[in-house]
Amino acid sequence: MAQALTRAMRDAMAEDPTVHVMGEDVGTLGGVFRITDGLAKEFGEDRCTDTPLAEAGILGTAVGMAMYGLRPVVEMQFDAFAYPAFEQLISHVAKMRNRTRGAMPLPITIRVPYGGGIGGVEHHCDSSEAYYVATPGLTVVTPATVEDAYGLLRASIASDDPVVFLEPKRLYWSKADWSPQAPAAVPGIGKALVRRTGTSATLITYGPSLPVCLEAAEAAREEGWDLEVVDLRSLVPFDEETVVASVRRTGRAVVVHEAGGFGGPGAEIAARVTERCFHHLEAPVLRVTGFDIPYPPPMLEKHHLPGVERILDAVARLQWEN
Amino acid sequence: MTVQELPGAGASHRPTPPPAWRPRTDAAPLLPDAEPYRVLGTEAADRLDPALMRRCYAELVRGRRYNAQATALTKQGRLAVYPSTVGQEACEIAAAMVLEEQDWLFPSYRDTLAAVARGLDPVQALTLLRGDWHTGYDPREHRIAPLSTPLATQLPHAVGLAHAARLRGDDVVALAMVGDGGTSEGDFHEALNFAAVWKAPVVFLVQNNGFAISVPLAKQTAAPTLAHKAVGYGMPGRLVDGNDIAAMHEVLSEAVRRARSGGGPTLIEAVTYRMEAHTNADDATRYRGDAEVEAWKAHDPIVLLERELTARGILDEAGITAARDEAEAMAASLRDGMNADPVVDPMDLFAHVYAEQTDRLREQAAMLRAELEAEDQA
Ligand SMILES: Cc1ncc(C[n+]2csc(CCOP(=O)(O)OP(=O)(O)O)c2C)c(N)n1
Repeated sequence: MAQALTRAMRDAMAEDPTVHVMGEDVGTLGGVFRITDGLAKEFGEDRCTDTPLAEAGILGTAVGMAMYGLRPVVEMQFDAFAYPAFEQLISHVAKMRNRTRGAMPLPITIRVPYGGGIGGVEHHCDSSEAYYVATPGLTVVTPATVEDAYGLLRASIASDDPVVFLEPKRLYWSKADWSPQAPAAVPGIGKALVRRTGTSATLITYGPSLPVCLEAAEAAREEGWDLEVVDLRSLVPFDEETVVASVRRTGRAVVVHEAGGFGGPGAEIAARVTERCFHHLEAPVLRVTGFDIPYPPPMLEKHHLPGVERILDAVARLQWEN
Repeated sequence: MTVQELPGAGASHRPTPPPAWRPRTDAAPLLPDAEPYRVLGTEAADRLDPALMRRCYAELVRGRRYNAQATALTKQGRLAVYPSTVGQEACEIAAAMVLEEQDWLFPSYRDTLAAVARGLDPVQALTLLRGDWHTGYDPREHRIAPLSTPLATQLPHAVGLAHAARLRGDDVVALAMVGDGGTSEGDFHEALNFAAVWKAPVVFLVQNNGFAISVPLAKQTAAPTLAHKAVGYGMPGRLVDGNDIAAMHEVLSEAVRRARSGGGPTLIEAVTYRMEAHTNADDATRYRGDAEVEAWKAHDPIVLLERELTARGILDEAGITAARDEAEAMAASLRDGMNADPVVDPMDLFAHVYAEQTDRLREQAAMLRAELEAEDQA
């Protein structure tokens, strides 16, 4: 996945001279996860820039650059280190189009490595998507496959609106037979995909939890459950139709994500599914999420992250008898 | 009436001179020296206090051994990650040495050694990096704030604590540590400004070790030195050789004295060098050459002090051996402490989120307890 992301930026930079990559350590080092590897060498330090170490400053200067017609692609080093930039993000990036009555859209892509499962220490593993999806004006996407890493990043850079591009850290090293395709070959932002068809219930998920759900769906076969798995790919906008169609077919649904459950995206999705599928539902919509705690230390993270067992437990509870 | 008819019209326009204006303070005494301040190898070394210097030496040797041991523990998988301070020991140790018991240390994630030099149990200091809990000690008990991973965010905490202590009439100085990269963060600037306006008893110690991960200082700032940044906030900036522990001790002590006596904050830039990679997970060959690292080896803090002290007869073979033995004993006890598997209680996940458990967390705790019990039975 890492290479697909690099390739997406490289292709976008080659095609469009207004695309600029900036952030901490993105130049010579190629980023702490090497996602920008080689870009500075190929396009020069003016287009792939090691900035001073200041997230608010990075995003704030990107706003000015976007006002002047550039397409900045900003790398935030880790999920929890994007927080100093929230003032710029929420007050300026998300609202500029609205404040200027459409005169000044900001085509900024903000790449945020997010989520846990890699044994990282404190402040390196947050699932921060709920903050972003709660901010009107931002588009929020997250790839779970190598193909999507490329396609969604190309689409994000091409978008005239600011996009928060959430990169699941623990999938950086996932591999697939893949050759970069035209962005059009991959459905763009705002479209969910059924990754596995099934008849007994729908697992609704995204990003780092997709492989876990697919594994759970395999395991559930032994219990006689035939699970459908929907990958949202884009949290804002949210593809309600794909989700609703699936749940109407299966009659049961579980939403799965790493972020805490309270106020997490799953709460919203469950509410919407309930509203839209009430008469089709055989059971309440359930959620399997991380606990509502600060991200735990590495030795405890396995207890926190929603795994196959917890998903199967929830699936079992879908045999709802009042 | 037109403009032309106004009295005075036609006279060439002259702007009114501004009211007399003078800067509130003279910037000159705030400006740092042109060269980093040094003691070792200069005439100033004549004033060295032999007992203090012998202690510094023993601490430096112990600190170097601590770094080596912690790095070895990463290789054995006992520590997830360790940001080494090899080459920077003089900064770490002097920072701990100049503080009184009631004072507070605000370390960054790299400053485990400063916390240990202040007396914190080495194993407790390493829990963050080992992964059993974020902060393995009671900060109040040791007057050491949790090691701060988000850069520079601990600096405003130091200012607030020192300010509060002064409001209460307590004699407390806070010493806050940050890297050269961290000086670019907004929190650094906000902290300096608050401290200067409040005349808070704070000492800001910047360890300029050349790099923020891969980014050299030249890409971090256009200022002549980081110490110059003090001037704009109205506090003195001092530039000091961070590998010269005698100079570090003197400059830090002076800043602590100044803070304690109501003189307000000081910004100190210690010029040093990070001899090892950013952490054991980093590849330093991507952004710097061997020649630079080699050149700094000749300016090693232990070498500098040992040379000075042996030449002056302050330190002899027996003293050197004793320091090494003491360091080995510390390393052995650290190894023993770290070789015991840490005991973690999964139920701790829920214990410290709120003072009073919420219903939701109670439910989630019950769920985990049931899972753990099922595991036990299996
Ligand atoms: C707010 C924030 N942004 C990014 C990081 C990731 N990071 C950890 S250490 C580091 C470099 C710090 O450099 P410097 O301040 O010079 O301290 P040094 O590591 O050299 O001691 C970076 C970018 C972080 N910890 N916090």
